[in-house]
Amino acid sequence: MTLKHTFKTAFNGVKTNKSRSGLTILGIIIGITAIILVMSLGKGAEELILNQIRGLGSQTIIIEPGQEPRGPSNFAELFTNSLKQKDVEALKNPANVQGLKELTPNVMQVAPISFENESVRKNIIGSSELITEILEIYPNEGSFFTDDDIRQKNSVAVIGSKVKKELFGDSDALGKKIKIKGRSFKVVGILPAKGQVALFNIDELVIVPYTTAQLYLLGINYFNSIIARAENEKIVPQVVKSIELTLRETHNITDPEKDDFHIATQALAVERVGMVTGILTALLVSVAAISLVVGGVGIMNIMLVSITERTKEIGLRKALGATNKDIMLQFLLEAMILTGLGGIAGIIFGGLLSFIASFILSRIVSLDWTFAFPVSAALLGLAVAALVGLIFGLYPARQASLKSPMEALRYE
Amino acid sequence: MFLIEVKDLEKTYYDGQTATPALRDISFTINQGEFAAIMGPSGSGKSTLLHILGFLDKQTAGDYFFNGKTMNDYSKKEIAQVRNKKMGFVFQAFNLLARTSVLENVRLPLIYSEIKESFWDNLTLKAIEAVGLSHRLNHLSSQLSGGEKQRVAIARALVNNPQVIFADEPTGNLDSKSGKAIMETLRQLNLKGQTIILITHEKEIADYTQRIIFFRDGRIERDSGAA
Repeated sequence: MTLKHTFKTAFNGVKTNKSRSGLTILGIIIGITAIILVMSLGKGAEELILNQIRGLGSQTIIIEPGQEPRGPSNFAELFTNSLKQKDVEALKNPANVQGLKELTPNVMQVAPISFENESVRKNIIGSSELITEILEIYPNEGSFFTDDDIRQKNSVAVIGSKVKKELFGDSDALGKKIKIKGRSFKVVGILPAKGQVALFNIDELVIVPYTTAQLYLLGINYFNSIIARAENEKIVPQVVKSIELTLRETHNITDPEKDDFHIATQALAVERVGMVTGILTALLVSVAAISLVVGGVGIMNIMLVSITERTKEIGLRKALGATNKDIMLQFLLEAMILTGLGGIAGIIFGGLLSFIASFILSRIVSLDWTFAFPVSAALLGLAVAALVGLIFGLYPARQASLKSPMEALRYE
Repeated sequence: MFLIEVKDLEKTYYDGQTATPALRDISFTINQGEFAAIMGPSGSGKSTLLHILGFLDKQTAGDYFFNGKTMNDYSKKEIAQVRNKKMGFVFQAFNLLARTSVLENVRLPLIYSEIKESFWDNLTLKAIEAVGLSHRLNHLSSQLSGGEKQRVAIARALVNNPQVIFADEPTGNLDSKSGKAIMETLRQLNLKGQTIILITHEKEIADYTQRIIFFRDGRIERDSGAA
């Protein structure tokens, strides 16, 4: 028998038992739906995080105090005051670190800000002009504070568009004095609305000179981070190495395991995020895969029942000249058509559900979420479904092929 | 050469220690073009014989030659081909595919044959015409009467133009009127040269044939056509 007719025969077998076929593949539909949903949402989550990281720029290097966080029980907090002015000086020295274009220390705090009767709590960042380049955001009213402001610890501030709106409404803010933690700051610049960039909501930021923030707002002599820029993307690993060596020297550290700082770059972060979401997705997919196994066992079960029920048909086909191979192929194909159809239905349902989820996440939760439908996942889903049919159809198909044709001649 | 030659055939079923003889000392021959009935009460071994004649089962001892060859001369695949090309089967319970049209039921043996697909329609229509069901081509098997169902089964047995048709109690599930009509159809086919071996326990059905081989307790009691 030609493959075409085996396929037709198998397809007719599925078609003539519509409701049973439908119930049989329910398990496969659910399994594939779950896999597509998980993979699609996983991809979307990964994109969301990666987009934020990419906002940092590929030349950006972030130095943070404390050991690299390695799990829930780390001692990172013990060393959060390890980055100081002398580190900044050492890093700025080209003899220590070559290829470093600029760097800025940063401090951060959430603090109350007020103007006249309006008061809000916002993220205050103590930084320098370099942050505008890194976040790619420049005041559209006024200007950023200068290096002189930093040296002289002047009380000046650049505010985000939403902060401006909340404190001043539609009236002019430039040159006005706002109060941060009770101290007066002159508004010198206003940032345009830009939303989320690299983990910051620009619109809700207040940026002041880091020296001013250290002295008057926080009363500390250390930094929460140092952001640096390499001259180009290629030398980033080299610059990272030099920064590590320099900081170990200024901190008197000989054992790299005891570093009281850690360094992040876009490449490192992208790699880490990819790994984390990859592991998570794999984990969830393997949980979903269990339902496929259950579905496969269900198919095997129904196939075995169906073969007993169709003993006469099998016997008849054999009496009419079907070989064992013909029968085996017919039932194997039936199983694979069943699971294949289940796979297609699962892909459609999974895609639909993840589209709905994306819609909710982007419109209602207003995340910067994009709908991702991984074609590879769909193909994988279909292949897995067919494979489930092949594996779980093999035994029933073999049982069918071994049936004696005399069964058809025997009348009960 | 005889179409069918059976020599000292024996068949014994073994169930653990107990041996149940089903056929003993069976010898007869059938020529091309014969219409023979194997008749006997139930349990006389006639179905067992039909299974052996149809290459569906093997004898315990003795020889069975079909076209001068035994089952051992063929591979499993070739046996399937012999059944497909040289033999046609008609069963008591019709054994049509459910929810499938007359056309597709009759075509069934062709999909297992080596005959080119372009000839299938012609062969199928010819076989259906031979049993007088041309007006029922697209009816589903479940929409047919018992007599019509058996006609479809006969058309299915005919479609590959076999050397012999084995009919196992073809009228057993039919009322006497439909039964007679079926026997008339078989007789007409025989008159055109079709070899038919019929199994029945009814004398009036067997009387439609030219020769009756009467079985009792696994042996041939008498053979009306024995030379």
